[in-house]
Amino acid sequence: MDITTRNTQAPPPAPRPSAAGRKRTSHSATRPGDRIFLGLSRGAGILLLVIMAAIAVFLAYRASLAISKDHGNFLTTFEWNTNLNPPVFGIAVLAFGTVVSSVVAMVIAVPIAVAIALFLTHYAPRRVSGPIGYVIDLLAAVPSIVYGLWGALVLVPNLNGLFSWLNDYLGWTGIFSWDGGAPRSMLTVGILLAIMILPIITNVSREVFRQVPRMHEEAALALGATRWEVVRMAVLPFGRSGVVSASMLGLGRALGETMAVATVLSPDFLIHGSLLNPGGGTFAQNIASKFSEATEYGRDALIASGLVLFVITLLVNGAARMIIARRKEYSGANA
Amino acid sequence: MSTAAVAHKRPSTLRGARLPSWSPWAIAAGSIAAAIGIGAAAGLHSRVQWGVIAAILFVLATYGIAARVEGRRQAKDRVATSLVWVAFLLAVVPLVSLIWVTVQRGVKVLDVYFLTHSMGVVADSQPGGGIYHAILGSLEQVGLATLIGAPIGVLTAIYLVEYGRGRLAKAVTFFVDVMTGIPSIVAGLFILSLMLMLDMQPFGFAGSLALAILMMPVVVRSTEEMLKLVPNELREASLALGVPKWRTILKVVLPTSIGGITTGIMLAIARIAGETAPVLLLVFGNQFINANPFEGAQASLPLYIYQQYSNSAGANAAYDRAWAASLTLIAFVMILNLVARGIARWKAPR
Repeated sequence: MDITTRNTQAPPPAPRPSAAGRKRTSHSATRPGDRIFLGLSRGAGILLLVIMAAIAVFLAYRASLAISKDHGNFLTTFEWNTNLNPPVFGIAVLAFGTVVSSVVAMVIAVPIAVAIALFLTHYAPRRVSGPIGYVIDLLAAVPSIVYGLWGALVLVPNLNGLFSWLNDYLGWTGIFSWDGGAPRSMLTVGILLAIMILPIITNVSREVFRQVPRMHEEAALALGATRWEVVRMAVLPFGRSGVVSASMLGLGRALGETMAVATVLSPDFLIHGSLLNPGGGTFAQNIASKFSEATEYGRDALIASGLVLFVITLLVNGAARMIIARRKEYSGANA
Repeated sequence: MSTAAVAHKRPSTLRGARLPSWSPWAIAAGSIAAAIGIGAAAGLHSRVQWGVIAAILFVLATYGIAARVEGRRQAKDRVATSLVWVAFLLAVVPLVSLIWVTVQRGVKVLDVYFLTHSMGVVADSQPGGGIYHAILGSLEQVGLATLIGAPIGVLTAIYLVEYGRGRLAKAVTFFVDVMTGIPSIVAGLFILSLMLMLDMQPFGFAGSLALAILMMPVVVRSTEEMLKLVPNELREASLALGVPKWRTILKVVLPTSIGGITTGIMLAIARIAGETAPVLLLVFGNQFINANPFEGAQASLPLYIYQQYSNSAGANAAYDRAWAASLTLIAFVMILNLVARGIARWKAPR
């Protein structure tokens, strides 16, 4: 992934260019076959960059068409009425819902995923951990629409108990008060997203924990540490940045998840103080559920909200990659 | 002889007192019994609450007993162990439930008729109908996406590993990483903005383009890893024989790593086969069989699941079809995964 490993792996570099012999520096590139092949592969790389740039440019262009006619404030309006004349829409509720549902998902998923990764690498018998790791790999491949269907038809009907319990004991906080509506709320979305990103965070964390130098653990054990102390003093400090970047990858998934949220949430355009009362919305969910009835102008407005989502996920993923780059050996990209 | 046995029984100073190995089970049994007692006495109906009480009792009892017998550090260790186990079991419940429910409810209507008929003359609320049109659409869209995405991905990886040095390669590496995290709906919106500009109606190939965008970075990443595993000596030997670099890559490097590259591409296919959001925006869905991906709305398996769920207003027949389609989709993805892993193991560079 980085330059140093590439230099050791790639063929030896061509002799240093001198002013006189610049054309002959890379002998291989003079043959027509080589030139074509280099051109093709470099072209593919450039094409990827062009696509990324095109995504940003086209989304921004269509978004600017929509926002220029918006008679509400795009950032603070609590409404999405693109068919009105003049149209009024804003992303405040969507931004709030996206952040809240993702934060709930992270709060639930990260500790459990780290615990499962520890379980697989340090607690479970080897006989058990192999197959379970395999199953978790497969679960990461279950399509999100299936999670959505399961969430809507199995998870939602089973949450009444949890919701009334939370309302009884924690309702006084305001965050967990419940008016008895169907449990299709931000907390439900958060729980479902947590279940969905669990396999990804677990996979990457497990790879990181596996790379903890055996010596560190054995040194701790030799000093009389219990297993928990080994984990706390040798494994977790070594794996911290890996776990952080794994969580960011999971966060990226949660932010952009569409179908699971669209099937589970019953949306409205208000910000609710309580996590249990149905309502709210996320960027991706709003696009999916408003799309089929939208006019061309309405689609531009949805593209504008998609642009915001794009920028947010770029920032989160960029940050995750920076952290990974600092500890280059944790490549979670292909997880 | 008897003295040795006695000495063995005395707690040694090197190893402090330990709880017997059956103690976690005993504590677990005790706390479950106590939880049932408390739950029944307090009139709690939910079995989940009984379980939570049992878990809390178990952790507290473990800590108390272990702290008394073995000391605080050992007690913390035992609590950590039980928390790790609890987290694992907690996570297993929904995941097992997902697979179980999908299989159990999916097999109800999944048969040959279901796989070979479309929804053409069947209303969403009525029983009958099938997913033939959706399977056809999915295969065409995913196939076209693979034809576009896989070669570009592999070529980019070749550029990064075999040629790439300098600023362009760095930029490509970074943006491939970033591209991996693009939400699928954003890729869909990008193609949608192109279609709005050209004033086009939804059609299958538009979905393929969005899926190809989602596929490329995954293929680049996995292919890159595989190419890096090819030993440098192979390249040097070939170059030393005067073989041009492009032939070295085509005849030496790629054949060596073809197994891993295939695996990566198949995993990428498995990933895009389940994408719903871009298909919803660009292909739109269709009740009828449309075998032409370049004209007219098409169906797709994941989109079919979503539309059966959302358009049916709670009709059981539609839910049954949604589950059966989910089972088909999961089976397809799992088989791709298993075959890919099989190829990886079979063709692993030795």
